Amino acid sequence: MSMQEDHTGGSTEKLVAEAKEALRYRHPSRIQKVGDHMRREWQLYLLLAPTIIWLLVFLYTPMYGLQIAFKDYSIFRGVANSPWIGLEHFHTLFGSDQFIRALKNTIYISLLSLAFGFPVPILLALMFNEVLNQTFKKTAQTIVYLPHFISSVIIAGIVITAFSPSAGIVNTILEWFGVDPIYFLTKAEWFRPIFVGTTIWQEAGFQSIVYLAAIAGVSPTLYESAVVDGASRWQMMWKITVPSIMPTIIIMLIIRIGNMLEVSFEMIILLYQPATYSTADVVNTFIYRQGLQGGQYDLAAAAGLFNAVVAFVLVMTANTVSKRYSRTSLW
Amino acid sequence: MAKMNLYSRGDKAFVILNMVLIGMFTISALYPFIYIASLSMSSGFEARAGNVLLTPVGFTLEAYSRVLSEPMFWISYKNTFIYTIGGTLMSLAFIIPGAYALSRPQLYGRRFWNLMVAFTMWFHAGMIPFFLNMRDLNLLDSYFGIIIGFAVSGFNIILLRNFFEGIPQSFEEAARMDGANEFQVLWKVYMPLSKPAIATVALFCIVSRWNGFFWAMILLQDEGKIPLQVYLRHVIMELSDDEEFASTLINAAYSFETVSAAIIVCSIIPILLIYPFLQKYFNKGILLGGVKE
Repeated sequence: MSMQEDHTGGSTEKLVAEAKEALRYRHPSRIQKVGDHMRREWQLYLLLAPTIIWLLVFLYTPMYGLQIAFKDYSIFRGVANSPWIGLEHFHTLFGSDQFIRALKNTIYISLLSLAFGFPVPILLALMFNEVLNQTFKKTAQTIVYLPHFISSVIIAGIVITAFSPSAGIVNTILEWFGVDPIYFLTKAEWFRPIFVGTTIWQEAGFQSIVYLAAIAGVSPTLYESAVVDGASRWQMMWKITVPSIMPTIIIMLIIRIGNMLEVSFEMIILLYQPATYSTADVVNTFIYRQGLQGGQYDLAAAAGLFNAVVAFVLVMTANTVSKRYSRTSLW
Repeated sequence: MAKMNLYSRGDKAFVILNMVLIGMFTISALYPFIYIASLSMSSGFEARAGNVLLTPVGFTLEAYSRVLSEPMFWISYKNTFIYTIGGTLMSLAFIIPGAYALSRPQLYGRRFWNLMVAFTMWFHAGMIPFFLNMRDLNLLDSYFGIIIGFAVSGFNIILLRNFFEGIPQSFEEAARMDGANEFQVLWKVYMPLSKPAIATVALFCIVSRWNGFFWAMILLQDEGKIPLQVYLRHVIMELSDDEEFASTLINAAYSFETVSAAIIVCSIIPILLIYPFLQKYFNKGILLGGVKE
């Protein structure tokens, strides 16, 4: 609002201003309103603009580019001018053994990670909660969080070194028991245990933070009255702590299911090789090989679109379930 | 948390068993790093023979002098610093103003803008359209492409926006009375009050930049521009097949294993240096933005 310099006295000035306001807002159209607002608050939009423009340029333009999943894409014609071919790429994908295998592997690896990876951080948090020596607890936490911050290249490097047939520690130990060296990373049957184990090793500590926070929120009076009743620590853990953090556990489970297809494929790219494709190749590594390495952009984009749509549906379903079940939703 | 003064015998056994289990898990988290560090300082012969278990065997720093004499190591290290510092500053330059604007109640279409940010967290076009878009924008093989192309993340914006929303309006009233505009309110009121949240976001950016390898590997062809992680991948994955490198191994005090280990140690050190800061903030960060959108 512009304040006008006026010397005719306070009350008149006020009246004039009010009248102006009243006139202006008698029948303000939506456009006028927005225009006025923009003039007053332009600074806010200037602050917002870079982020929105960035999103449009780097994330929403590729969504427009997704149409090549339905086109016979050629680099020279570009996204918009390549001819439409309907669902042909999807027919090709679902007729391809490689894609079906990648899909199965994705689901299988996700389920394995869920079954083994989900409980570990919860158990870890419960165990940390029972440690009374604060120095021990702090030190242990500092160490188990660390692998989360180490890059996948380094983690893969450690895995490759540790499992190497000639110098690796794993084979050295097996040798003590008279087992012949195994070249683990070339054996298809070993890929999944190694991969799932590695991701649990890397992330379980860090993921326990959420549960530790939930445990910290449990009312101490519950424990105090349990102590009075003579409960053991074991009983308190299962009868007080676990039920109290159940909502957090359920939410984390739902998030986890929602992100099922997000197998950490960067790690897979680093660890797999043609000999282990049969168990290791997931949808994202398939896209990487077909699209970025093989140049079949349109087919790979179709596989990506399929993946993204399924993921989107999973997240949305997870959220709805969460809303109904725990009255807590992600958004 | 329960403070225990009275222990039954069962409790004592439970506490001790628990300590042992935690100890085992902790050792399993720490051991691989000790193993790699020891390997990097062992002689190539002992490493090849699989004799290194806990401490260096046949102590030598030859692997390090081999790594440090490699020009590509320094080039990629320098590049990683450029991407990390440039990328983090770029991210903050987008995220702080964006999150502030999204936190203002008077922002017109606020729900729409917020949805536009959040949607990118649930649905992304995937790697092929993203790659083709970067190519169309002429951002392949460029420092600027890596720095700008990954500047904004919906998660970080929402994390910071939630923090800004939690700051009571009363803090800015004095500044408003003095006629401060939006830029001044953000700069003088919100940013000083949000130091922990901004530090959290900055540290997330630093870690993801330092560790990022996939897109750098895809988008950069020019060897002179690759970051450390891509170089590291080359060394670990491909050096064992590299004949030129293999020819230097004869009579050398290092081996493929010790060189890989030495380079791993060199690239972990900066993360270890900022780890105390990370620890201070990430607890907060994960709880600020983690569960609630």
